[in-house]
Amino acid sequence: METFKHLVNILAHPTIMLTVGMLVFLFFFPPNDWFEKWNRRLRLNFLWTKKGFYFVMFLMVVFFLFGLTDPNFSLIIKKPDNVPIIGLIFFVFIFLWISMNQALKNDNLIEAGEKPEEYNDPEDKVLVWPDLVYIEFIALILCMSLLLIWSIGLEAPLEGPANPAESPNPSKAPWYFLGLQEMLVYFDPWLAGVVFPSLIILGLMAIPYLDTNPEGAGYYSYKQRRLAIPIYLFGWMILWVALIVIGTFLRGPNWNFFGPFEFWDLHKLVPLTNINLSEIIYIKWFNRGLPENILVREIFGFLIVFGYFLLLPPLLAKTAFKKLHQNLGNFKFGFFIFLLLCMLSLPIKMYLRWLFNLKYLIAIPEFFFNI
Amino acid sequence: MSDKKKSNIFQRLGESQVWKSIIRSGIPRTRRQRMMSVLNSVFLHLHPVRLPRHAVKVKFTWCMGGLTFFLFLVLTITGILLMFYYRPTVEYAYTDMIDLGEQVPLGIMREIHRWGAHAMVITVWLHMFRVFMTGSYKPPREFNWVVGVILLTLTLLLSFTGYLLPWDQLAIWAVTVGSNMARATPFLGHEGPGAALLALGDINFVNIGSDVKFALLGGRFVGEAALLRFYVLHCIGLPFIVMILMAIHFWRIRKDGGISGPT
Repeated sequence: METFKHLVNILAHPTIMLTVGMLVFLFFFPPNDWFEKWNRRLRLNFLWTKKGFYFVMFLMVVFFLFGLTDPNFSLIIKKPDNVPIIGLIFFVFIFLWISMNQALKNDNLIEAGEKPEEYNDPEDKVLVWPDLVYIEFIALILCMSLLLIWSIGLEAPLEGPANPAESPNPSKAPWYFLGLQEMLVYFDPWLAGVVFPSLIILGLMAIPYLDTNPEGAGYYSYKQRRLAIPIYLFGWMILWVALIVIGTFLRGPNWNFFGPFEFWDLHKLVPLTNINLSEIIYIKWFNRGLPENILVREIFGFLIVFGYFLLLPPLLAKTAFKKLHQNLGNFKFGFFIFLLLCMLSLPIKMYLRWLFNLKYLIAIPEFFFNI
Repeated sequence: MSDKKKSNIFQRLGESQVWKSIIRSGIPRTRRQRMMSVLNSVFLHLHPVRLPRHAVKVKFTWCMGGLTFFLFLVLTITGILLMFYYRPTVEYAYTDMIDLGEQVPLGIMREIHRWGAHAMVITVWLHMFRVFMTGSYKPPREFNWVVGVILLTLTLLLSFTGYLLPWDQLAIWAVTVGSNMARATPFLGHEGPGAALLALGDINFVNIGSDVKFALLGGRFVGEAALLRFYVLHCIGLPFIVMILMAIHFWRIRKDGGISGPT
């Protein structure tokens, strides 16, 4: 049992969990033919069948029940404010399953030249009273009873009175912002706390204007929207929900990583060995001091960042996204690719950190300008 | 309806002058009455009279948008009740919390309010997920998706402003962590890139006493002024905007052709 817990502690580390998550993701939600071929060969669509549903639900329930027997794990998940996140984990899977299950059914129907399952004769309508109102009535009674049971069973947390002189360790934002707080590990506050959240909101708003694919409107489908769905699900499930789960369950004192079955040791030592790109190049490679001039010092970082945002878009427009570029035109495509590159900059920065201990590509602390 | 069955008290009630003055179409039994009861009700007429068959299937709609609205109502009602007992001052806020738990009989209002708020964040996300997976943001519904994104942001802000009000350690430090981001806002935060450029000689326009964090908290740290600001935003400011946007959101569903479906 101890070896199993130890194994889970190791596997839960973001380096492993997110790497596996992102790789597996592409096979479960194939964005192109190659991935789809492997998706079919490995029979991954098994997950969206009833058996797959029971299988995953069984695993998740068993894992949490088993976890409750562990003193460290149960301490974290029984924290009142963490309870909704356990609900969130289950809900995300359940509703992902519901949507994908119907999407695949519709994909098959459409491939056979038929209409999607949701389609009915426009003349064949039902009355709102009683056909809709009674469903709404049942839904709100269920919702209210769940909320009442939850409220009677679990007291709302109230800690000691506010004391500005004593900060708890770790200090955590409300759980729905923990994805952003987790981003702070890799980016400075001006990016993780201000620019990226604004871009998330802007990007979400832009979805209907950037996704000009007319297919798949008003019914569940996957194949017709092989670009839009993977991008959205990647952003939502991996870069938002998974980071919230990591931030809530796996970040302890000093925002250090702790496995689910690990004791939150206040004195856990994690060496901080992160260095900037300028230091890697000038000190490690050229074996000399950092130049005085800021621009000379950070020139490589600027080149990389500018190259990423200025050279990649035209390159992608000519290669992988050729069709999309033609459909969207220069302006919309430029905006789309900017948002996509911003989104991907998070995993990229994660890997730069994990592989090369890279702290900043551009480090100008004099002007609070660190990327 | 035949006159012989008038012995039933509900039927007699349904035919009475008082009832008919309130609900004109009587007890909805016939098809016409059912349609009229939706049309004549200020609440029910959010809905159309008739819907395509797939639109009433739970596996299609998940009911999440409706439940979000329902939770908003629950939160409004419990929130109003909580306002009777809560004073947003550093002196009383925390002790009022303890009183709520210990002195108020059957006091689970705070629990319903807090867990309801968590639940609403989740239902909003799931509603957005459903709308995305059915491609319901596609023309002609683009703008309603935009309104929805703003509502999602406001839901998070409502929850965040409410998080401070218990004035316990959890509250001030969570809000401190959150609001510390504001001081790093480019140009507008005193620790943000570019803020140093907004200066005239030696005078910085954006400093610790004039940046966005100061505006958000009404001070340099989370204190008395921040509590009052968050209280006003939580109880009046944000709900006011949310209600306007909700009206637009619901109105636009109908105006954009009702619930989406395959054509």
